[in-house]
Amino acid sequence: MDPFIFLTVDGLARGAVFAAFALALVLIWRGARLVNFSQGAMAAATTFIAYSVTNASGSYWLGLVAAVVSGLVIGAITERYVMRFVDPTQHLNAVIVALGLVLVIQAILGIIYGSQYRPMDVPFSRSPLSIGDQPLLSPYDIFVFVTVLAVMAGLGFAFTRTDIGLKMRAAAFAPDMARLLGVNVGRMLTLSWALAGAVGGLAALLVVPTELGAHPHATDLVFVYAFTAAVIGGLDSPIGAVVGGLGVGLVLSYVSGYSDNDLSAVVILGLLIGVLLLRPSGLFSHATARQV
Amino acid sequence: MHEHTHRFRRPVATVASLGLIGALAACGGGGGGGDAASSPGVTKDTIVVGTHQPLTGPAAAGYSSISPATKAYFDYVNSKGGVHGRKITYKVKDDGYNPANTQKVVRELVLKDKVFAIVNGLGTPTHTGVLDFLKTNKVPDLFVASGSRNWNQVKKYPTTFGFQADYTTEAKVQATYIKANLAGKKVCFLGQDDDFGRDALLGLTQVLGEDGVAERQKYVTSNTNVAPQIGKLKSAGCEVVSLATVPGFTALAVGTAARLKFQPQWISTSVGADLNTVGGALGKAAPLLEGFLSSNYLPSAFDAEDPWVKQFKKINAEFNDDAPFTGNTVYGMTVGYLFVQALQQNGKDLTRESLMETVEKGGLDGSGLGKLRYAKDDHAGYGGVRMAKVTGTSQDYFGPTYSTDDGDTPVEEYTEEPTQPPADGIPTE
Amino acid sequence: MIELLARHTLLRHLLVTLAAGVALLALTYTLSPYRNYQLATMAAYLCATAGLTVLVGLSGQLSLGHGALMAVGAYTYALMSAEVGDRGTTGPMLLLLPLVAAVVATAIVGGIVGLAGARLFGPYLAGLTLTLTIVVPAITTTFADQLGGDQGLSVLVEPAPASLGITFPLERWQAWIACAAALLTMLLLANLVHSRFGREMRAVRDDEVAARLSGINVQRTKVIVFVVSAATAGLGGGILAILTQSVSPGAFSLAFSLFLLMAVVIGGIGSLAGAVWGALLLVALPEITDSLADNIGSSPQLAERLDGNLSLAVFGLVLILVTIVFPRGIQGLVSAVSQRTRRSGRPPSSRPGTTTTEDPPTTTSSESIDA
Repeated sequence: MDPFIFLTVDGLARGAVFAAFALALVLIWRGARLVNFSQGAMAAATTFIAYSVTNASGSYWLGLVAAVVSGLVIGAITERYVMRFVDPTQHLNAVIVALGLVLVIQAILGIIYGSQYRPMDVPFSRSPLSIGDQPLLSPYDIFVFVTVLAVMAGLGFAFTRTDIGLKMRAAAFAPDMARLLGVNVGRMLTLSWALAGAVGGLAALLVVPTELGAHPHATDLVFVYAFTAAVIGGLDSPIGAVVGGLGVGLVLSYVSGYSDNDLSAVVILGLLIGVLLLRPSGLFSHATARQV
Repeated sequence: MHEHTHRFRRPVATVASLGLIGALAACGGGGGGGDAASSPGVTKDTIVVGTHQPLTGPAAAGYSSISPATKAYFDYVNSKGGVHGRKITYKVKDDGYNPANTQKVVRELVLKDKVFAIVNGLGTPTHTGVLDFLKTNKVPDLFVASGSRNWNQVKKYPTTFGFQADYTTEAKVQATYIKANLAGKKVCFLGQDDDFGRDALLGLTQVLGEDGVAERQKYVTSNTNVAPQIGKLKSAGCEVVSLATVPGFTALAVGTAARLKFQPQWISTSVGADLNTVGGALGKAAPLLEGFLSSNYLPSAFDAEDPWVKQFKKINAEFNDDAPFTGNTVYGMTVGYLFVQALQQNGKDLTRESLMETVEKGGLDGSGLGKLRYAKDDHAGYGGVRMAKVTGTSQDYFGPTYSTDDGDTPVEEYTEEPTQPPADGIPTE
Repeated sequence: MIELLARHTLLRHLLVTLAAGVALLALTYTLSPYRNYQLATMAAYLCATAGLTVLVGLSGQLSLGHGALMAVGAYTYALMSAEVGDRGTTGPMLLLLPLVAAVVATAIVGGIVGLAGARLFGPYLAGLTLTLTIVVPAITTTFADQLGGDQGLSVLVEPAPASLGITFPLERWQAWIACAAALLTMLLLANLVHSRFGREMRAVRDDEVAARLSGINVQRTKVIVFVVSAATAGLGGGILAILTQSVSPGAFSLAFSLFLLMAVVIGGIGSLAGAVWGALLLVALPEITDSLADNIGSSPQLAERLDGNLSLAVFGLVLILVTIVFPRGIQGLVSAVSQRTRRSGRPPSSRPGTTTTEDPPTTTSSESIDA
């Protein structure tokens, strides 16, 4: 039995999560021109909040809502009370402050919850449905696909069809012009962070229960792969994030499925170098290579 | 001129800061030595020993409750006056199952905290890296918490002593069981990619032959996705899978296999088989463990009638906040018991050398099913292993206890009765 | 005399290095073995932070993967020392050959990454170097037969030479080796920073277009800095291998790479003296907060949770505050105090794409004005 189809579906399911996470990075990049290195830690925090809510209420869905809402709040607070004070002309400063946030958030989580992995349940079975002898995809995979699709459709709709979405785009691309037109640019930026926090939180909640469970570092690798996906796709481009995410998911799945050794990280590095050598700003980027 | 002085300042500042570092480093330095008379870590009324444990990280599940149990046992002994008038302080350092951290914390314990001995340092990959350091510093390295054969190298590492039935011994007993009861089935193996996995596989192939183990897969604790390995075991048509895994990865393997509709007969080494730990990690999927086979060498935590378990439960209630009583509790307390027994037998005049000589005399017993193998030329731990099976929410022994070793000694039934604990649970001289 | 020293950079640096060397030598005799071990660790970190601060602060290239480069050095050291050890080599060669190999191998890897990274800007280079850190465990696992997987390799380290006496502590000997390496690194980097190449490097950082117009080969400059920075990281990795007598992927985690960068920032980005502060911080901060945690942790469970986590929280908070409130780091503070009297108000220049602080009166930034 060739596992190709199974590996493809499995890779796409993981890739969908990377895509959503990468999308969160793109959201902030477009709004603030910085990579939110604390996205992973923020998502670890929302995952723990979901874990606590689910444990207290017994309901997965309440936990899911809690992850999204707390993502909104953490994202907004981070922008409003931390990132706003960082000198925007210094790229490194934003990176460093975000890394500092990672430390603080993970340390706080470690102090509150300890450093044990907390297993989390999923609302649907993870056993794949088979067609004949061929395992295909599990109900949980379907849930992941549907959720991620819904998020993307929602964001797409909001940015192209709604007033507030248009304001956010204006604030991101021409802040001075937007300000003249009466858009509260600062508020739009806060909103970008809040949305990114929510999307990241949701993505993490989809993937963490399929691994060892909630843990301060549970989202580290997710962040690295999602960041890679966003860079491959082009930090400017939501489409790029999706394509990059799915691509990274598929590559990881095929490499670990077909090779005896776990060379997936090496292949991802190769992919990254290859793409960046051809297109230094990623596959779908419209911007020039240099940021001025 | 202005610029010249300006340029001159930087190296000066560098030197200044270097000097400052020296001052900073020195002020914490303390007096240093001064322990010529007796061994470090021992005074008239205290003994300080240390350990490195995975309180966090990929192996923390289950294992993080071992050192609290050991500590509880020491606290119990201390509450009864200690050993030869000395109270035991047990310094537990977290290494997160990361060999690099182990390097750091063991140096802290030996060089800074000046512990008398390292007791029950946990983990094959972690502890392997500090063997040379402990040997150089002549630190007794007692009852290593791992079943690797590395600890039994008397010539190379004279201060290191094993504790567990080694993985090769366990695997040989498992293989003997497979031969007798699961004959004709396709046997496969999933193991950790280090000496833990290699030693276990060695035991399997020794009894079943090289062809007897069809598919062999390995994993690393830094990658939690075991689906590829499980997928290969499934497509190879494995019917029996022997596991050399830590509890978190036992749970991952069983959970992933169920997801892939693959239900072989699992047989795990003791370190990855504790029902409470693995079941806890599986959460709602814990019923998947029904029929799960494992080998072990200590009393089952589920055997409420066992005199050792009774005794340990009492100590657990009083000195360990009545933490959940698991195989890890039995394990940790047995370690504590053995160390106290060694101290008792050593007598009042305690040095590092004298304690190691005492252990080598072979007088230690503890709760194990079989005998400890310590001797002048043998630093291996327990030798008696028995098979256990999960039924419902219990994990019970069945069949006879076997004894063998990590060499080519055949697996034989062990007929002696296990040792009984002393009345108050504290060994005497 | 001062005039002479001021004019001859090399001579001046040599003298300072010599003085620091003598001071450190004396220091090792006053320290307990544990403190010597810490001093040695700090020196090993310094090799890497010094190279990193030059790369990030003076050439404007952000690396999140310097830990991975240290891993290259450490593994090369381990493999090479096993190789030459097996051939019966002993004495200084058993130490030096593997160290040279570590530097060369890491420089080569740095060259490859630098070539790929030279045309990338900020976050893209960050992404590339970040991926390096997750490649390290993948490679050590894949080639577990040679590299030992998660368990790593043990490293053959000879005790201190017999001529020093049999009771000479190994830790003091290790501190000597490590400090020698760190001083050499600092000496070479200080000269590089003061050379013509150093000025070119800062010109590239400040404005690539202008640098190109003035005849500087931007790509070549960037790649060379990356190679140099990688080489020093490789040396640091090799020294770490000697100190711990082992190498394993866990020592060079993603977090470690980030710590290196953060140490450099807190110390004062672009300043070699700041790199010293950073290295000191990497060793001292966990120790201080851990003992703090032991003292406040009334229940053992709380102590266990505070252990490690508290130092992370403090480190993170300091990092955020330093970056926002005092972006020139510790060394910036030190030089601000010493220069307060002669501070001249230069207009703050905004340098797009650069990564240093914008306030000129740091020693390093003033250097860039020299150019």
